[in-house]
Amino acid sequence: MSLKAFHLIFVTSLTLLSLSFSGWAFANGKILFGISGIVAAILVVIYGIYFLKKLKKISYL
Amino acid sequence: MEIPYTIQARPDTGVYNAKLGIWLFLASEVMLFGGLFSSYVLLRVGAEPGMWPHGWLDVRLGTANTIILALSAITTLLAWAACKVGQFGKFKFFHACTLLCALAFLGIKSYEYHDKWIHYEIKLNDGTFADGHLVEKSEDFDLAKKTGTVTLHGRIVNDETLLYDLRSQKDIKLDEVTVKAADIKQMENYGPWHNTYLAIYFTMTGLHALHILGGSIVIGFLWGPGRKMWKTNPTQFTNRIEVSGLFWHFVDLVWIFLFPVLYLT
Repeated sequence: MSLKAFHLIFVTSLTLLSLSFSGWAFANGKILFGISGIVAAILVVIYGIYFLKKLKKISYL
Repeated sequence: MEIPYTIQARPDTGVYNAKLGIWLFLASEVMLFGGLFSSYVLLRVGAEPGMWPHGWLDVRLGTANTIILALSAITTLLAWAACKVGQFGKFKFFHACTLLCALAFLGIKSYEYHDKWIHYEIKLNDGTFADGHLVEKSEDFDLAKKTGTVTLHGRIVNDETLLYDLRSQKDIKLDEVTVKAADIKQMENYGPWHNTYLAIYFTMTGLHALHILGGSIVIGFLWGPGRKMWKTNPTQFTNRIEVSGLFWHFVDLVWIFLFPVLYLT
């Protein structure tokens, strides 16, 4: 597995963490943290798409 | 003697040797951290009701460190991608960013450790508890001789369980509390010896911080003296950057699990 593939796993995990963090924040009444978590998740997904396009030629192995 | 398969993929494994080596190493790391995460789960489910701490760690600092490590993972990838397309100047810049992120992470972690180190729980002779951050100890303070006083910025509670779940208590009022040594039954800071939560917290985050430190040394070497290889063998150098990046991503991934487990639950 190349760094590209591992980075994809990392980006996916980070997106899930951002969404979980957001859920935790809303459940605990921390609205600002909750919104930040959702924004972070969106930004990470956008970055993930950008990085996949950018490294299209590099192998996953 | 030339070491084989530093650039080309080995036919039987399909990858160059260093990549196979780092994945075998990371597999052992998964077992190491997996064991610690399992210990955490067992300690937590085995804790007496109401005696597992909540809200002891600053979520803002944990979030800041998560963002810093996420950025460092991106800069590591960009450094590798820069090597792939032969842009050595960009590689140096992105790797320097990774190093700065690592230093910032360790700086914040040190601050958090220091905060716990100066946080004391004092059991008093009357059965109450003084809890807070150390402001000062009088010059003649000696717990064994029962002389002098200690001042904390914190509060006094009647029930120790009130010190465990901080998240459910709103508007905790803190003030300066001065306690005489003669009134102290037991005094202990929030080090790893304080309770099982702090023991596993310091073990897991300490081990993780050591990995950050180790990774920083390797990345620092490749950024500094090790970059000479770029002139003689750029492909092997790029492979080295990839291998160090794989380790760095693993360390970042561990933090992605540590952060919610320790800071949010």
